[in-house]
Amino acid sequence: MKNKLFEKYFVFSPYFWLVLFFFIPLAIIFKISISVSEWGMPPYQDIFLFDNGFKINTTFENYVYIFSDYYYIGSFVNSLILALISTFFCLLIGFPLAFYIATSNIRLRNILLVLVVIPFWSSFLLRVYAWKIILQNNGILNVILLNLGITSEPLQLLYNQYAVIMGIVYTYLPLMILPLYGYLNKFDLNLIEASKDLGLNRIKTFFKVILPLSVPGIVAGSLLVFIPVVGEFIIPEMLGGSDRLYYGKILWEEFFVNRNWPGASALAFSGIIILVLPIVIFQILYSRWSQKNEI
Amino acid sequence: MKSSLIKSAVIFLGLFFLYFPILVLIFYSFNENKRVMVWKGFSLRWYNELFNNEQIIEAFIISIKIAALSATFATILGVMIGYSLVRIRKIPFKSFYIFLSSTPLVLPELILGLSMLLFFISLNNVIGFPSSRGQLTIFISHVTFCIAFVAIIIQARLTDFNKNIEEAAMDLGYNYTKVLYKITLPIILPSIIAGWLLAFTISLDDLVVASFTTGPGANTLPIVVFSKVRLGLSPEVNALSAILMFALIIIGLFYFYFNKKFKH
Repeated sequence: MKNKLFEKYFVFSPYFWLVLFFFIPLAIIFKISISVSEWGMPPYQDIFLFDNGFKINTTFENYVYIFSDYYYIGSFVNSLILALISTFFCLLIGFPLAFYIATSNIRLRNILLVLVVIPFWSSFLLRVYAWKIILQNNGILNVILLNLGITSEPLQLLYNQYAVIMGIVYTYLPLMILPLYGYLNKFDLNLIEASKDLGLNRIKTFFKVILPLSVPGIVAGSLLVFIPVVGEFIIPEMLGGSDRLYYGKILWEEFFVNRNWPGASALAFSGIIILVLPIVIFQILYSRWSQKNEI
Repeated sequence: MKSSLIKSAVIFLGLFFLYFPILVLIFYSFNENKRVMVWKGFSLRWYNELFNNEQIIEAFIISIKIAALSATFATILGVMIGYSLVRIRKIPFKSFYIFLSSTPLVLPELILGLSMLLFFISLNNVIGFPSSRGQLTIFISHVTFCIAFVAIIIQARLTDFNKNIEEAAMDLGYNYTKVLYKITLPIILPSIIAGWLLAFTISLDDLVVASFTTGPGANTLPIVVFSKVRLGLSPEVNALSAILMFALIIIGLFYFYFNKKFKH
C-alpha cells in the first residue's frame, strides 16, 4: 500500500513540473501563434471572446504571413542548409576521431575520450568568442597565412557564413563524437581482421563492414548536431555577417524588435513542427541506445 | 606501421583543433595592451581589472546562485524520472512522460526561451504572478531544461545495475523505501553527483533561455559577457575566459570521475 503512494510521488512530482513549465508553455506558443495581432500590450487578441456571446477568435494569418514572405522562408532554408553543412563537417572530422579512439587500447581510450569531451565543458559562449580572436584581421590565422606567403594581405575571415560554420563545427564536434564512439566502442575489432582475411581491401572494409555497423551512431550524432544548430542564435550573432540571415536571428528580432508576438510564436511553432520528425527519430534511437549503453 | 601513423596524426590533429582556440584565449588574456590583438607584453593587468569589475562580479554571484539551486532541483526531479522510467511499471501516458522528459534535450534553446517568457507573461495576466521576471523565472526555466540531462544519466545507470541486489534486500526484509534509501540511492550516488555537475554547468553556461526570462536585477554572467563581446573584443573577458575555462574543466573532470566510477 505504501509502495503505491511512494511510486505516485516519484512519478507525479516531475510530471507536474514538466506539464506546468514545459508542456503548457509550448501550448501557449501555439495559442498565441493563432491569435489575431493588434497594437497594445499584450500585442494580440484573446482567442476566446465573450462580449456578444461566445466566439472563437483565431486566425492562421500569422502562418500565411510567414510562409508567403521570402524573408522568413529564406532564413529557414538558410538555417537548414547551415545545419546540414555543419553536421556533414562534424561527421567528417568526428568519425575518424571516434573510430581511432574506439580502436585504441583501453587505457589510452579513456584518456582520449575525456580529452575530447573536456572542451565541451568549458563555456560555450567563450569557445565561440575564441574564434572571434583567431579569425580577426590581425588574428593568429591571418598572421600564419601572411607568414607562409599564402596571402599578401589579411583576409576577411570573420563575419561571414564560413566563420559561422567553423564556429558551429568546433562547438558541436563533441556531440557528434560521443554517440559515434558509443557505437564504435562495442564494435568487434575482429570483424575488420576477418574482412581483411576474406580479401576485402581497406576501402571495401570501410564501406561494407565499418560504415553499415556504425549507422545508428551516425544518425544519433547527426541529429544531436543538426537539431540544435537549426535554432542556433549565438554563433551567427558573434561570428556571422549580414550576408545570410538565419532562423534564430529572425525569430529573435520578430519578438524583441518588431514586437510581433503572434508572428514570433508562429515562427517558433513552425520550427517545432519542422524539427518534430527528427526529434521523434532521435527519441526512439536514443532510448534504444541508452538501454544498451551507459553514457 | 603506416596505419598507426595515420591514426596518431588524426588523433593529434583532432585534439589540436579542440584545444587550440582555448589556448589562444588564455594566451591573449596575459596581454598588457588594451587592444586585444596587439601584443605588448606579459601582464596580469586584466585579471586585476576583472576582480575590480563590480558588474562582472555581481553577475558571477547571481549565476552561481541560480546554477546551484536549479541544479539541485533538476537533480531531484531528474532522479525521480530516471527511477520511474526504469523501475516503475505503471506510468500513466508513458510515451507522453518520455516526450516531456527528453524533448528539452534537443529542442532549440531559442524556442524554449520564447515559450517560457510567453508562459510567464500569460501566467502573470491570469494570476498576477510572477509580477516581474528575474532570478526566479530564470531558475524555473533552468530547472525545466536541466531535468532531462539528469534523467538520462540516472536512467542509464539504473538500467545498468543489477536488480537482484534490490530484490535480495527485499527478501531480507527491507521494505520498498528502505531499499531505495539504503541500497539504490547509495549505489547510484556517483551518477547523481555527475548529474548535478552537468546541470550546474549547463545552467551556468546558458545565455539564450536566460536572456528571454531575465528581468531587472538578474543579469547572469553569460548575459553580461555577451553584451561585452557581441560587437568586439574585451580584454577583461579574456581574463575571465581563462579563469572560467579552467574552473569548468575541473568540474568536467569531476563529472568524469563520478560518472566513470560506477562502470567497475
